[in-house]
Amino acid sequence: MTRRLLLAPVAAWLLVFVAAPAAILLAIALAEADPGVPPFRLALAAAGFSMLVADAYYLDALLSALGVAAMTALLCLALGYPMAIGIARAAPRRRVLLLAALMLPFWTGFLLRVGAWIGLLRDEGWINGMLRAAGIIEAPLPLLYTDGAMLAGMVHAYLPFAVLPLFAALLRLDPTLAEAAADLGARPPVVFLTVTLPATLPAATAGFLLVFIPAAGEFVIPELMGPPEAQLVGRVLWQEFFQNRDWPVAAALAVALLALLLVPIRLFQRIEARP
Amino acid sequence: MTHARPGATMTHARHGATRTHARHGATTTRGRFVRIAMLAGFAFLWLPIGLLVAYAFSADRIPFQWGGFSLRWFAALAANERLVEAALRSLRIAAGAATLAVALGGVAGWALARFGPFRGRAAFGALIGAPLVLPEVVTGLSLLLLFVALEGLTGWPAGRGATTVLLAHATLGAAFVAVVVQARLAETDRSLEEAAMDLGATPLAAFRTITLPLVAPALAAGWLLAFTLSLDDVVIASFVSGPAGTTLPMELFSMLRRGLTPEVNALGAVVVLGVGAVLAVVALLLRPR
Repeated sequence: MTRRLLLAPVAAWLLVFVAAPAAILLAIALAEADPGVPPFRLALAAAGFSMLVADAYYLDALLSALGVAAMTALLCLALGYPMAIGIARAAPRRRVLLLAALMLPFWTGFLLRVGAWIGLLRDEGWINGMLRAAGIIEAPLPLLYTDGAMLAGMVHAYLPFAVLPLFAALLRLDPTLAEAAADLGARPPVVFLTVTLPATLPAATAGFLLVFIPAAGEFVIPELMGPPEAQLVGRVLWQEFFQNRDWPVAAALAVALLALLLVPIRLFQRIEARP
Repeated sequence: MTHARPGATMTHARHGATRTHARHGATTTRGRFVRIAMLAGFAFLWLPIGLLVAYAFSADRIPFQWGGFSLRWFAALAANERLVEAALRSLRIAAGAATLAVALGGVAGWALARFGPFRGRAAFGALIGAPLVLPEVVTGLSLLLLFVALEGLTGWPAGRGATTVLLAHATLGAAFVAVVVQARLAETDRSLEEAAMDLGATPLAAFRTITLPLVAPALAAGWLLAFTLSLDDVVIASFVSGPAGTTLPMELFSMLRRGLTPEVNALGAVVVLGVGAVLAVVALLLRPR
């Protein structure tokens, strides 16, 4: 009885603030655009979806977002593995310090870190200033608003998501396995590929998905650091909603993004549910 | 066959010996490679932030260029009323959202860990966890559509602002709190509560004396997590806020879009040094004696 009294308000909250928004999102994705306020008319028109299918621009936005997210996740793993191995090998006192050094940038605020990268990369930025002062260049190098800048910003933002599951798995991994492989003559890359990587593959998959899922919908970094032609789905959804005021297309994009992420999300939940 | 065997064994033995030598060399190169790659990773993480903080003390009008030591940008930051107002609003929203998130997520995590099977448990778990896996643009858009529909149907919320941001952030934070609380309860023994009740404690007394102290660290961690998530969010807030409810990240986002100013460096320095100081104090307090 007490339990039901406690549970009811939380269940009601979830129905209003999680279930209902999803239903409304779907309804508006199926609605018709209309020049009124709000700018749609409920119908079973699926106007948003037919726009998505008819215009390759939207499909491109979805696919290139998945591509950038996969690239970000792979780079996070490549950079994250040595960091996780190094932290897991460190003595306990040092390990705490290294973990703090990993997490502190994370707590300094997402936008401030993006601002820091802009300060490094833009034409009047730190790197161009240093190169000019050293006499290496005369005109500034175009560093900001490139794919490279966007990826650097994304990896910087999501790196801890990849390192932490790897670190947890490496701590549980028996170090004598790798030592035995080395004793039997395996060189370090071979030890990594035959022992460490297979043993930590579920953690690597979890880390990949922890980066991939939020990165696929990323808006801020492509907008502030990416090239104008990097029209990823987060950015396109934002423009359709705020600039074009086309709510059905924005909602249809959100539904399509969710549908594409359903498989990675289920995969992640299954890995997490394993004992 | 018989002829070949001793030779084979000899080659094997010789290889074994060279391998042993190679291994020592290899372990150190492996150690060195991992250490260098790890340091490169930390440099990548820290260089932009370190420079952001360092150049906050530069007098130059162009950010990230050295023009002599000065605190003028900290003064400019403190005098920027718009930014200070947005920061205070963000802190209020974050505190309110985190508190609400702890209440909602605490009950949800407790229910998932301890209530056993109940009707709708799977749906309940899926709904509380959904904000964890939804992209921010999807959460933000769908919540805005909800607020618009609610206003059309009931007249509430009249327009959007700090309140709608707080409700959105509480929903997001509750998902994280529920995970932390559920994990904490899963690793503690439920027989403690059963023993208390066998010894005559009412369910309420068992909850107050056993369960609550067990989950208190999880609730505190969850509150802090929800608080930082709220303070850091720009996407959801941009969707569900209105002209009167601009948060600090929203202000910062439009500053970055217009072009970097040294005030961003000053704000970065305040945040990094502030967070660092808090962490150092916590570490000192928790230091094993």
